[in-house]
Amino acid sequence: MQTFFSIGVDALAYGMILFVISIGLSVTMGLMRVINLAHGAFAMIGGYIASYAARDLGLAYGLAIVIAVLGTIIIAVPLERFLYRRIYGAPELTQVLMTIGITFCVIGLANYVFGPTLKTIPLPTGLQGPVDIGFRTIAAHKLFAIGCGVVVALGLWYLIERTSFGVKLRASVDNTAMAAALGVRTKIVYAASFALAVGLAAFGGVIGAELLPVEPYYALRYMVTFLVVVSVGGAGSIPGALIACLLLGAIDTTGRYLVPEYGEFFFYLAVIAIVWVFPRGLMGRAK
Amino acid sequence: MSAGASVTAMPAENRGWQRDLIGIAAILVAAIAGYFLFPNNLALLTRMIAIMLLVLSLDLVTGYCGVATLGHAALFGSGAYAAGIAAAHFGITEPLTMIAIGAVGGALAGLISGVVILRGHGLAQLVLSIAIIHLFHEAANKASEYTGGSDGLSGISPDPILGVFEFDLWGRTAYVFGIVLLLLVFILLRILVRSPFGMLCRGIRQDPVRVSAMGASVKLTLIKMYVISGLVAGVGGAFNAVSTQVVGLDSLSFTNSAEALVMLVLGGVGSLYGALIGTIAFVWIEDLVSAANPFHWLTIVGALLIAVVLFAPKGLYGTAATLVERYRRGGK
Repeated sequence: MQTFFSIGVDALAYGMILFVISIGLSVTMGLMRVINLAHGAFAMIGGYIASYAARDLGLAYGLAIVIAVLGTIIIAVPLERFLYRRIYGAPELTQVLMTIGITFCVIGLANYVFGPTLKTIPLPTGLQGPVDIGFRTIAAHKLFAIGCGVVVALGLWYLIERTSFGVKLRASVDNTAMAAALGVRTKIVYAASFALAVGLAAFGGVIGAELLPVEPYYALRYMVTFLVVVSVGGAGSIPGALIACLLLGAIDTTGRYLVPEYGEFFFYLAVIAIVWVFPRGLMGRAK
Repeated sequence: MSAGASVTAMPAENRGWQRDLIGIAAILVAAIAGYFLFPNNLALLTRMIAIMLLVLSLDLVTGYCGVATLGHAALFGSGAYAAGIAAAHFGITEPLTMIAIGAVGGALAGLISGVVILRGHGLAQLVLSIAIIHLFHEAANKASEYTGGSDGLSGISPDPILGVFEFDLWGRTAYVFGIVLLLLVFILLRILVRSPFGMLCRGIRQDPVRVSAMGASVKLTLIKMYVISGLVAGVGGAFNAVSTQVVGLDSLSFTNSAEALVMLVLGGVGSLYGALIGTIAFVWIEDLVSAANPFHWLTIVGALLIAVVLFAPKGLYGTAATLVERYRRGGK
């Protein structure tokens, strides 16, 4: 029972962090049809900035998160303008190469600037200890991560379903040319949702730093996981991504607890099985 | 690389064969030049040959069939482990037999990954290919009784080739053996890509719907190509096992797959010469840069990739071929 409970909490926290990071990828992939392998690199940049702000400059945790999100967006917007915009609508191979090139560059530069060691982001005292929830105790930062995931999911749902930006976004996803003809400035919608996606990635990178430690190969190590989430959930679908994250988080965490000697064998086996049965993702739309 | 390219790619039959003779002669000249120019660096050149076989095999599925995969090292590594396990655990140390076993191992891995990867399209395909390479990697790591796990598989000591040519300390025999293998594979692949089967594969890359409307089975053709590709990659892996006498887990790594793709794109997708040139350029630059500054190696690979995508989407060989073509037309 004790194991079962800890697996449950860990899986939920891990799944929520996966969700916060990869939902942006899912939205951009559904919108711009770009296979962005560099998404994890943006989460990593966020983690590095937060670590620098909180540990080296001694700023507060909340402030560090804000700086990390804004800083990552500032870095990412020129990339969108000069590199990504050239590969919208290009063949997959081109997109894969360009974005993996960006990932490699970011890894190399991070290694050069920050060194190959792990970077920690010091947690505020409120998030450090365990929290008693009556019958069990949970690490506070895991509870915080779960809360952030719920807030992000609700916020995104509200943004996409209830605001005028959401209407434009959905229109551009469904039919870019028609949306543009009706006066939606699709380029701005693209840039804004790209910035949103990157900001969420950075946010997830910071709050998830306890579970996915920040180091130069972060971008490559978890790139696969984020892509898997989008592929399993179906590009562009928020509920799909949420289900995929919780499912994959549960499989991965259970595997780690019960059969650690097999590494990620069962995780990838499950991925193949799910994608095999649902080639368009759990909630993907038919082409 | 649209319809126009494939029309110019097959002019009068005999002119094509002349070109092939020139190409084979060029490979031979480069091989001999390499032997005499870098006598102390034959190990690097031998490694290059093994990687060339991997990149050629990747070109078959990515260049000729249009399947984007980031898991092709699974085929290469399976060949390497098949040959290595045969030698280290079952005492099969005859090099040619080891190569054959490697080819069979690679073909099997090709069949498995072909069946799995071709199930999806676009993103799903890519994710499946990544999952396959990680699955193979974890499996090899777990089965450490046979594969040596993360320590690598050692204890491979191949016999002399044909009982005559012993593997020497300087790697001369391994190098010559590799060149012979490479030439054989290259000639066979030239014949393959020109065969009706090869043309069918190109047709599938350009328009799968139309090919299936013509009555050919798209999936079966692609799986066949995957098995052939596995044969080639398996030969490469087995050759690597024979020449270096160890098999490491890194031969089944994602990085290895990604690097093979980079090499292919650098040289030029959809051309066998492109695969060879890309490998030479990449391994050579890697050797130079990692000797000078290992920290920046990844940054440079990344920048190189971005530059190739932006400025030379056809790769080194493709761009050079276009320039030559333009020059010829201008001359006429």
